[in-house]
Amino acid sequence: MSNEWPLWEVFIRGQHGLAHRHVGSLHAPDAEMAINNARDVYTRRNEGVSIWVVKASDISASAPSDKGPLFEPSNSKIYRHPTFYDIPEEVGHM
Amino acid sequence: MYAQMVKSTGERPKTLDEMTPEERAFQTRIDADIKIEPKEWMPEGYRKTLIRQISQHAHSEVVGQLPEGNWINRAPTLDRKAILIAKVQDEAGHGLYLYCAAETLGVSRDELIQQLLTGKAKYSSIFNYPSLTWADIGAIGWLVDGAAIMNQVQLQRCSYGPYSRAMIRICKEESFHQRQGYDIMMALMRGSPEQQEMAQDALNRWWWPSLMMFGPSDADSVHSAQSMAWKIKPVGNDELRQRFVDQTVPQAEFIGLKVPDPEVKWNEERGHYDFGEIDWEEFYRVLKGEGPCNRERMAARQKAWDDGEWFREGLMAHSKKRAAKKLAAE
Repeated sequence: MSNEWPLWEVFIRGQHGLAHRHVGSLHAPDAEMAINNARDVYTRRNEGVSIWVVKASDISASAPSDKGPLFEPSNSKIYRHPTFYDIPEEVGHM
Repeated sequence: MYAQMVKSTGERPKTLDEMTPEERAFQTRIDADIKIEPKEWMPEGYRKTLIRQISQHAHSEVVGQLPEGNWINRAPTLDRKAILIAKVQDEAGHGLYLYCAAETLGVSRDELIQQLLTGKAKYSSIFNYPSLTWADIGAIGWLVDGAAIMNQVQLQRCSYGPYSRAMIRICKEESFHQRQGYDIMMALMRGSPEQQEMAQDALNRWWWPSLMMFGPSDADSVHSAQSMAWKIKPVGNDELRQRFVDQTVPQAEFIGLKVPDPEVKWNEERGHYDFGEIDWEEFYRVLKGEGPCNRERMAARQKAWDDGEWFREGLMAHSKKRAAKKLAAE
């Protein structure tokens, strides 16, 4: 019981040159087996060209309760978005 | 369904006024269709209901491999064999996505498996029926996976993020399952009279159990009312069953099969097919463990668990030894 295989988080890079994306998790005794299992569990339909696995216990995450202090400050900074600026149409695409 | 008769808190949903501030904030987020994620605060009842529902769903995927696995080495052609292997492998994958989703709620994989083996957790009643002929493989894909899709499509909208995401992935893959099943039925119906008879016989045996998959009417169930308020189960059992009948009856007719229910008739006024009464006594018997294959299924799961023990432990021991060696070398 106590000898359960550890949990790994699986990240796959898709076909189109995008970054690795979290697709799910699985149990495996070590990294090599985790990659082998990830191949079978998460890429049965040619979904990826590269796999990363990370032990779930090695991931540090922000706490849900920190959502406000972490992300709200950016809400008010609308000048960071290009649509904040009115550029005359005559200037053309910018 | 793959999760049938999942017990919730056993009480009617609280009104917003009756809720604690935390519960109210939670319900407001659900009502606004904001997904709930693993480490966030959630009512204990929500967590427990989800564990029950997701684990039952996962167990169903895994036990569901057994009736089909039964035909892998007897598939009529190499093509059919390759397809069936791929389908059964998908079911294993679906079970794994779902176990992982359940584990995010704070229950371990070993606990989940023990709950299945001790009978504390259930799996869908449908997998307690035998697959007697090759046509059953067609009927299972077409009807059982068809009914599963009907359920899973609405579960993509479930309020719990990991479950919803698992459902989206599963739905993408599941369509192949239903189509390959219907393809088997089509091939048989284009075949000899014996083959046609075999297809009809499979439909006769799988039709009613497939309708039972959706579970008894939950129009008056407090469990369902709570699950719907929490958006764990967006659509009721009767509505899903009706959708399934409406979809399946024309598919049967198209290939010359007859649904084994004399009361099936298009109802112009309702815009739906009427259908006959389901034998719920049979459903409860099967759920209680008295279906044709309950014992066989559980024995197979128990054997797989026991036979795999040396493998699970061996690999873990190897991994620890290697890690220790690496540490010593550093």
